[in-house]
Amino acid sequence: MQLYLPIAEVSVNAFLLLGIGGFVGFLSGMFGVGGGFLITPLLMLIGVPPGVAVATGANQVVASSISGVLAQFKRRAVDMKMGTVLTVGGLVGSTFGGWVFDLMGRAGQTDVFVQLSYVLFLGLIGAMMLTESLRALRRVGAPKVRRGRVHSIVHDLPFKVKFRASGLYISVLPPLMAGFVVGFLSAIMGVGGGFIMVPLMIYVLGMPTKVVVGTSLFQITFVTAYTTLVHAVTHHTVDMMLALLLILGGVIGAQIGTKVGVRLKAEQLRVLLSLLVLMVAVKIGFDLILTPAELYSVTLR
Amino acid sequence: MTGVMRGLLLLLALALPLRAEEIVSGVSTSDISITTDFNGTAILIYGAAMREAPPPDWPLLQVIVTVEGPATPLVIRKKQRVAGIWLNRGAVEIASAPSFYAVATTGELEAILSPEEDAKHHVSIPSTIRAIAGKEDEDTYVEALQRIREGTGQYRLAQNAVLLLRQSLFRTDVTLPANLVEGDYRVRIFLTRGGKVVDLQENVIDVRKAGLERWLYNLAMQQPLIYGLLSLVIAMLAGWGASELFRRLRL
Repeated sequence: MQLYLPIAEVSVNAFLLLGIGGFVGFLSGMFGVGGGFLITPLLMLIGVPPGVAVATGANQVVASSISGVLAQFKRRAVDMKMGTVLTVGGLVGSTFGGWVFDLMGRAGQTDVFVQLSYVLFLGLIGAMMLTESLRALRRVGAPKVRRGRVHSIVHDLPFKVKFRASGLYISVLPPLMAGFVVGFLSAIMGVGGGFIMVPLMIYVLGMPTKVVVGTSLFQITFVTAYTTLVHAVTHHTVDMMLALLLILGGVIGAQIGTKVGVRLKAEQLRVLLSLLVLMVAVKIGFDLILTPAELYSVTLR
Repeated sequence: MTGVMRGLLLLLALALPLRAEEIVSGVSTSDISITTDFNGTAILIYGAAMREAPPPDWPLLQVIVTVEGPATPLVIRKKQRVAGIWLNRGAVEIASAPSFYAVATTGELEAILSPEEDAKHHVSIPSTIRAIAGKEDEDTYVEALQRIREGTGQYRLAQNAVLLLRQSLFRTDVTLPANLVEGDYRVRIFLTRGGKVVDLQENVIDVRKAGLERWLYNLAMQQPLIYGLLSLVIAMLAGWGASELFRRLRL
């Protein structure tokens, strides 16, 4: 069944969109990530203009992260105070990211800029996650995740605040910075940024694992909602029809993914997720290095 | 004296038919609605060459039909390898290029239309693309635009696709693709003899989004804040609904 998307102005197969939503939803349910880093490149692959893919991807992440954060609230696994600080940093970062995005657009380098960010961040995080989780797999019975308990610069900064749910007494500056970085990436890559936020929370902020996923989802919900609004108002690039189908597929996929995820061990999940992240990074990296079939590209002005 | 001359000339002008051959034509549709299930459509363009006197035997009558979508300004960029990475380096600005352009003819376009007439009426694909001059290799960029859009089906040259019967009746089908931009689509029919245009006629097809498509598009453009908030509400309801449904199913 073909469906004409009113904003993207392309006609795509509705089942293909449900399938993409379902596939990404399945992975996001299994791994506890938003899946924006998969949705955006996949949408571009099927012919959705990059601007629409980024903006609509953000809208889709709102739905999946809301669903996740509600479940986490019920388990009392959200540090509201930390989440709020991260969100404030995230909103500033997202605004700054939007500005840089426009700057790159005017220089005609949007696609290369987005591709480079994908390769750089997905490659880095994927490699880190893979080595860490492989090591954890080999060390059976050892503590699952190392926390940044060591006394570091994070503990010497001013403006210390108590984050009770996380059991932390640290400066607000590191979480603000972490939020800023993730918000920035969210705006330029059309992702929620969970795959960067989670390692930052564990290794830099030293948050306990039980509140990490919930708090990261809390922050992602607000930052992606804000990103969606900014894109809708300034670029008119949110396609509601496209978002609706992705969300519908994603919601169903996420439920199945969660059930499969429960059966797998956390370390196995992290190995699989890191392989997936690395695959996307390598694919996009090849696109940058290999001689393209068509050297010319057309952009509407 | 001059008055008599003028009167004679006027009589002469009235006695001669304005054109030797005139197009009478029709298009199968004057409105196309882009609805949710829109997946491209075909239009039929048909007509006849009407004449008062018997037509000349040579050169033969030829027919060219063009369908042209709304034009937009755009930028064509060229990638170049910089430090191992392909970056956009060169760019040519195009003042106006049609979003869709199809040409159907009864023969080789170059053989049935002279370069002068092409320059005057902008019939061939390159002649419809108006570049902002200034770059020496501008032509390769315009060729690239044509190549890319021919690949996506946005530009099409279908030679010998117009059926011409008894040097008078003609018809052709033009398929409009699914990724159609809304606006006025100009349909032009040219009659040519020996490369010269003997008559031309224009029709307009109104291509508009309709129903839900129209409503969403208008809302997104005119009330972007409300549209953005609505997108969020839908996302939130879907996310919340899913988590509630899942919780109930598990209990």
